[in-house]
Amino acid sequence: MPTRAAVAIVATVIGVFLLFSFKTPAQAKPRTPSADVAQATPTPSASASASASSALSPTPSSSSGLKDGTYTGQDYANQFGDVQVKVVISGGKITDIQPIQLPYDRQRSAEISQYAAPLLHDEVIQQQSANIDYLSGATYTSYSYAESVQSALDQAKK
Amino acid sequence: MAIGAMPVAPRQMAVQHLMGTVISIDVRDMEVPSGAIDAAFAWLHQVDDRFSTYKPESEISRLGHGELTLEDCHPDVSQVLAICEELRIKSGGAFNAWRARVDGRLDPSGVVKGWAIDRAAAILEQAGAANFCINAGGDVLAHGIPEAGRKWRVGIRHPRDPQSVATVLEVSNLAVATSGRYERGDHIIDGRSGEPARGLLSLTVVGPRMTEADAYATAGFAMGEPGIVWTATQAGYEAYGITQNGRARYTRGLADLISV
Repeated sequence: MPTRAAVAIVATVIGVFLLFSFKTPAQAKPRTPSADVAQATPTPSASASASASSALSPTPSSSSGLKDGTYTGQDYANQFGDVQVKVVISGGKITDIQPIQLPYDRQRSAEISQYAAPLLHDEVIQQQSANIDYLSGATYTSYSYAESVQSALDQAKK
Repeated sequence: MAIGAMPVAPRQMAVQHLMGTVISIDVRDMEVPSGAIDAAFAWLHQVDDRFSTYKPESEISRLGHGELTLEDCHPDVSQVLAICEELRIKSGGAFNAWRARVDGRLDPSGVVKGWAIDRAAAILEQAGAANFCINAGGDVLAHGIPEAGRKWRVGIRHPRDPQSVATVLEVSNLAVATSGRYERGDHIIDGRSGEPARGLLSLTVVGPRMTEADAYATAGFAMGEPGIVWTATQAGYEAYGITQNGRARYTRGLADLISV
């Protein structure tokens, strides 16, 4: 695998946020040539991929066409770092998606802007970890995320 | 809590890259005709071919270049441009499909995606689906429920920490659209000045239809902090804005959706 500065992150990230992305055209670049998400070419198996992969022996499963096991997606680079996930299939369903790598966001310059709107709730935002189904408001990073998830699913269909 | 701690209901899911983003359709009904998701994606591809400003042969590109008149185009083009015009007036020009691009070329993309998602949802419903979620680049339309006993949980991304969310909304039959500056820098143009929008890190708008939620998020974000209040004046829609000093300002109706 290519060397990279991205930080390995485990466990404490937010919940099952599947496949979200951003508002304008994508420029995330997969590390290996690949078609678009719908037709992504499966990457070689988990063992060829990053460190955290631990593929179980795939077993045939039900109607979904997905074989049980843990599949590591390709890592996709974007300008903020690398994104790579592994997907756990159990009983033919996606039961877990775990990030192997996610980039840190950049600090934004904090221009102070004061505007009075007394009818609004106003509070300091918190940094929460929570179980969620989907995430609203995402861009490059999540595009890479979706790509990585898809490539893992493609392996599960083999 | 660790990712994936929540059990996952049965799902039919498909993901495609189109309209310049990644779109996923996730259906949780126990029985849905297998063609439903395909039909929804076929519709989205049709929209992309017709409205993409990145495809020189699309009707919208040819219209923008004067190679077609509006009468030459599919009726959907007139419909979308009418929605754009309505939004331009409503927003005092903050949303302007004719000034959405730095080069000043016609770009109704701020309306097209949301409008297409609403129609895709209608296609799924006609096929018998009642519980589904369409996620188009972080704009999320959630119908029904994901599993027994709870609503869909949609996080609003924290502007400075991709590992966390600023809040979680519990929604059903609602669209959640966010405009923001997360990683792309200034990418929404204020139609009034032609300058990139500043003042908010993100603006999330929640309401019954994605067409309006997405367009209001775009327009409200372009206005900066006053956009939060502006959105609140749109019937049926609620807003959650994150300001540059790290505060959340949101409407009362939105407070009711926040997960406790």
